[in-house]
Amino acid sequence: MADLQSQDYIRRSASTMTPPSIRNHEQEVAKLIDVSRCIGCKACQSACMEWNNLRPEIGHFEGSYDNPHDLDPSTWTLMRFTEWEDEEGNLEWLIRKDGCMHCEDPGCLKACPAPGAIVQYANGIVDFISENCIGCGYCVKGCPFNIPRINPVDHKSYKCTLCSDRVGVGLEPACVKACPTGAIMFGSKSDMTVWAGERIEELKSRGFSNAGLYDPPGVSGTHVMYVLHHADRPSIYAGLPDRPQISGFVGAWKGILKPVALAGIAFTAVAGFFHWVVAGPNEVQPEDEAEARHLLHKGDDAP
Amino acid sequence: MTHPKGTLTRNTTAARINHWITGGCFVLLVLSGLSMFHPMLFFLSELFGGGQWARAIHPWIGTVLLVSYAGLIVQFWRDNLWSRDDIAWMRAIHRVLVNEEEGVPEVPRFNAGQKFVFWSMALLVPVLFLTGLAIWEIYFFPYTSIETQRIAVLIHSLAAIAAIIVWIVHVYAALWVKGSIRAMTQGYVTPGWAWRHHRKWLRSLAASGSPGPRPRSGDNAAARSRKGR
Ligand code: HEM
Ligand code: SF4
Ligand code: SF4
Repeated sequence: MADLQSQDYIRRSASTMTPPSIRNHEQEVAKLIDVSRCIGCKACQSACMEWNNLRPEIGHFEGSYDNPHDLDPSTWTLMRFTEWEDEEGNLEWLIRKDGCMHCEDPGCLKACPAPGAIVQYANGIVDFISENCIGCGYCVKGCPFNIPRINPVDHKSYKCTLCSDRVGVGLEPACVKACPTGAIMFGSKSDMTVWAGERIEELKSRGFSNAGLYDPPGVSGTHVMYVLHHADRPSIYAGLPDRPQISGFVGAWKGILKPVALAGIAFTAVAGFFHWVVAGPNEVQPEDEAEARHLLHKGDDAP
Repeated sequence: MTHPKGTLTRNTTAARINHWITGGCFVLLVLSGLSMFHPMLFFLSELFGGGQWARAIHPWIGTVLLVSYAGLIVQFWRDNLWSRDDIAWMRAIHRVLVNEEEGVPEVPRFNAGQKFVFWSMALLVPVLFLTGLAIWEIYFFPYTSIETQRIAVLIHSLAAIAAIIVWIVHVYAALWVKGSIRAMTQGYVTPGWAWRHHRKWLRSLAASGSPGPRPRSGDNAAARSRKGR
C-alpha cells in the first residue's frame, strides 16, 4: 500500500515531525458492534478471512465455541463466547466480536519504536504499515486490549485494519457487509453514537437498565464501539477491560524516561569533556618512575 | 606478548581478550539498543542491516555479553572487594580529580572508582539479561504476562541508560589516566604508573617479587622476596 500515498496521517509511530496531513478533512469513522443483536454465527470472522486473504492454521477443539481459541497473526477478529449467570441465576450467553478497537489514543502506536510502522489516519483508523515493522513486539505491550500478534515467520505484527483499504474507497468493512442481523454497523462516529443511543434506550425499555455504549474515555474513545446490555461491567464479556488505558509503565517508558535518559547521558559526556579541559590528562612523571625504581630495587643495594 | 624490560603486567592476555569481547559486545548493544530507544536514533539500526536485523541480533549479543562479563567477574572479583581504605580514598576524590594523587590514601590494584564501575556492571548486566529475556518476543513471549513485560522493558531501558552512563565514566577514566589504555591493549604498565596510581599494588608486587598482575602467594612469594628482585 505504500504506493498509494497517504497524506491524511494524524499520528505516525516513532516520528518527531508532523507526518503528511494536509488531506485531513475527513469524518471520523466508527464501527458499532451491538452485542445484543449478535447471534454468534461468525459470518464476520469468515468475511474478514475472505477479504483479507487470511487462512489461520486449523487448530484444536478447546472446549468452547471460540474458534480459533485466540487471536493470532491471521485471525484479526474472533467471536468470544461467555456463559454468564446473573445474580438471580439466569444464564446469559454473551458473545463479543473481539479485535482491534482503533483507539483514538493508540497504545500500540505510542510504544512502537519503528518510524511509520503504525499510523493513524484522520478518519481514526489505526493501521500497521508492515514494511516498516521490525517485529519487536512493543505494540503488544502498548495495547490495553491485547490485540496485536507477531507472526513468527515474517516477524511482522498484525491486527484488524478496519478494512482501511475498503473504507479508503468508500466501502464498509467486510465484517459489516457480512453480518446477517445488523449487529455490526459502520459510519461516522457521530452517527454511530446517535444510533447507539437509540438502541440503548430500547434495551433499557426492555429491562436492561445498565445498557450502554462502550467508548472508553481512558483511550480517548475508540473507533470500534460496543453496545453492551451490561455496560456497568464490560469485563463479563470475555475480559473486555472495564477501564482501559495505556499502562502507566508504558507511559513512563515512552514519556519521561526519554528526555531524562538523553539528558543524563549528555550530561555525563559533557562533564567528562570539561574535566579534560579543566584538569587535563593525568600523566606519569619522571619522579614517579624514579620512586618506583627505588622501591623495586631496594633489595639490590643490600650488601 | 612480551613486555618491555622492567615493566609490570597489569592484565593477563586472557583478561585482555575477555575485556575486549565484553567491550565490543557492549558497544554493539548500545548502538542497536539505542536505535529502538528513541526515534531520532533509529538510524543506528542501519549499522546492523536495518531495523529487523538490529532487533534480531541485539539479544544474541546480549547473551554473549552476559557470558563474557561472567568471565571478567571470575578474573577480577577478588581485587574488587570493597575495603575501608576505599572510603578514605573517596574522601580525597577532589584531589584525585585535579591530578594531585600525592597524599591520597595508597590504592591497591583497583581504586574505589574502578570498583564502582565493576560492581555496577556486575549488577546491571544480569538485570539487563533477565529483563531482556522477558521482552525477547520470538522465544520468550509466552513465559511472562504482558504486564510483566511492560515492567521489564521499562527496567531494561532504565538499566541500559545507567550502564551507558557508567560506561562513559569508565571510558573517560581510561582516556584521562594516561597509560591505562595500554594496560588493557598490550597489558603492561611502567613501574612509575603503578607508583603514581596504584602504589599499594606496586608494593605488594615488589614485596613478593611478582611481575604482576597479582602478588605471588605463600612460600613461593617468601622465597622470591628473600632473593630480592
Ligand atoms: C544482557 C543481555 C541483553 C539482552 C538479552 C537484551 C535484550 C533486549 C531485547 C529483547 C530488547 C527488545 C528489542 C529486541 O527484541 O531486540 C532490548 C531492547 C533494548 N536494549 Fe537490550 N538486551 C541486553 C543487554 C543490553 C545492554 C547491555 C544494553 C545497553 C547498555 C541494552 C540496551 C537496550 C536498549 C536501549 C533497548 C531499547 C529499549 C527501549 O526501547 O526503550 N541492552 N534488549
Ligand atoms: S512489532 Fe512492528 S508494529 Fe509492533 S511495535 Fe514493533 S515495529 Fe511497531
Ligand atoms: S486496540 Fe490495541 S492495537 Fe488496536 S489501536 Fe488500540 S492499542 Fe492499537
